[in-house]
Amino acid sequence: MTAPLLQVENLTTRFRSDRGLVTAVDGVSFDVQPGETVAIVGESGSGKSVTALSILRLIPDPPGKIANGQILFEGQDLLTLDDPGIRAVRGNKIAMIFQEPMSSLNPSLTVGLQVAEPINQHRGTPWAKAYELAQELIGRVRIGDAASRLRSFPHQYSGGMRQRVMIAMALACAPRLIIADEPTTALDVTVQAQILDLLKEVTRETGSSLILITHDLGVVARYADRVAVMYGGRIVEMAPARALYKSPRHPYTRGLMASVPRLDGGGRRLVPIEGQPPNLADLPSGCAFAPRCRSAIDRCRNERPALTVAADSHLRACFADA
Amino acid sequence: MLDAAPRATPPTSEPSELLRVENLKVHFPVTKGVIFNRQVATIKAVDGVSFAIRRGETLGLVGESGSGKSTTGLAVLRMLAATSGRIIFEGRDITGLDRLQMLSIRQRMQMVYQDPYGSLNPRMTVRNIIGEPLTVHGFDADRAAMRAKVDQLLANVGLLPEMADRYPHEFSGGQRQRIGIAGSLALEPSLLIADEPVSALDVSIQAQVINLFMDLQERLGLTYLFIAHDLAVVRHISTRIAVMYLGRIVEIANRDDIYKSPLHPYTEALMAAVPVADPEIEATRPRVVVTGEVPSALRPPSGCRFHPRCPMAMAKCKTDDPELITPAPGRAVACHLHGG
Repeated sequence: MTAPLLQVENLTTRFRSDRGLVTAVDGVSFDVQPGETVAIVGESGSGKSVTALSILRLIPDPPGKIANGQILFEGQDLLTLDDPGIRAVRGNKIAMIFQEPMSSLNPSLTVGLQVAEPINQHRGTPWAKAYELAQELIGRVRIGDAASRLRSFPHQYSGGMRQRVMIAMALACAPRLIIADEPTTALDVTVQAQILDLLKEVTRETGSSLILITHDLGVVARYADRVAVMYGGRIVEMAPARALYKSPRHPYTRGLMASVPRLDGGGRRLVPIEGQPPNLADLPSGCAFAPRCRSAIDRCRNERPALTVAADSHLRACFADA
Repeated sequence: MLDAAPRATPPTSEPSELLRVENLKVHFPVTKGVIFNRQVATIKAVDGVSFAIRRGETLGLVGESGSGKSTTGLAVLRMLAATSGRIIFEGRDITGLDRLQMLSIRQRMQMVYQDPYGSLNPRMTVRNIIGEPLTVHGFDADRAAMRAKVDQLLANVGLLPEMADRYPHEFSGGQRQRIGIAGSLALEPSLLIADEPVSALDVSIQAQVINLFMDLQERLGLTYLFIAHDLAVVRHISTRIAVMYLGRIVEIANRDDIYKSPLHPYTEALMAAVPVADPEIEATRPRVVVTGEVPSALRPPSGCRFHPRCPMAMAKCKTDDPELITPAPGRAVACHLHGG
């Protein structure tokens, strides 16, 4: 295996809240290889978005704080960089795409200006030249009539088109890594497929890696090479996509798969995961999933299982899976 | 010679049919100007929709945003005024009924909403929320019977009687949706119209609520109009599925047919766009990619409304509006490829 592009080691991010100190991400470690698409899948409160924001140090402080860990990107620890240092990485070597494109775009600036800005800022390319490149990028994300669309404002775009603009902006500085946080959750299904196909295609063309954060097991199956499943702020299972779906090892992953209705399998009764997702301010001392787990043994309630290797590049954090 | 006596009109609905919607249109005026307020355009949110639901079945209504699926649901409940068309419920045309007459109809058809946070009054206890419809309809004379009824309703949706005196904020999203369902069952309706009832819930909780819907249907003989954008959920819960696009139904079929052999190119594209949670199946599935997005309902395309995005569009599709025809029993499609 080549050296990973990104290596997250023991990342812990906490938030102060009126319910006390909340550990949103708790000792998360994973890596991303060059050119690889890694999906982080989980439900709300699992810590998947906070993990993504922590990588780019976009956690609002206060109330949030990255309490521990290392984020090695191209061999450099992003957590030790000063502000100008991390700004040189954001939008340049690592780009981010959010769920709601309208809130990430400036409503009072033309789209052309916003796509050209990172090129001008990070590369020092003169504005005129940056604007030309922006036009090229807008064409590459298949927005027709690029020249006139550059002069439009974000509100003149549809939801899908705005997300295409976000992808164009992300591509502007030819990043090595794109982090997409639920990039299509707000879009209709036919548009979702267009956007994710486009994202996959541009990462393949440029050889950049992609971290895809989603709650949709179908999206993971279609687009991911490797998958990390998060629950209660921790990674509970990580494996190549095919292995994960074929033989899920963690009871939570198995529970998720049994509880999701599938387009190709009508009638099969759903087996829900009983109980409620954990309260991050009051996590059990053992495995966070133990209260809902059918396979839980005594040890699960007292001790937190570490992420260990179960099979070839298949990791899981579970005492019951021997 | 002309027959003087008017011919008896054929029965409008079969006894097995609970709801029949005929050529329903819901149009909204777009106005401009403050002093000289004038209508400048019309949004045809629902534009000629017909379908029927048999007793005990679930009709899934799917479509992307702006397809008119929610508007259809609200118009059936008469919470939105229909511009034209007929709604026949339990054999009776309810399209022209006034408020008072609708009050008795509303006992028989109830709504379940998407947002379990917004649809429950935060200042009322669960007992009062669930009991409110009983009070409104004058069934609250006997207090002991009311209590017993609410306890029974809570049990029906898998909640405990002692939860009745708590407030909505004390419950999780899934539990709140159960409370909403219990409230809509209070008057023992025959038809439940559920508009995106699980889309605000986390996946592991979704399954609990979907199973609850299916159990209640079996136990109480309920009929559902299940409106949702998630095709996998709709396929799981429905007997038949109607696909809507820009105010029209483009296809109706049994849930297996619509997935295995869709007739309308839009249905096909919609099915292909939804990923299946299995990488091995995904690797071999044919991909039908439609370009573009749903156009504005303010200016729907001429002819077939899907033609600008349709990979199969012919010259005829640009000019002629296809009708919903029945190519096989139990199926309907509006597409020129199938003789529409």
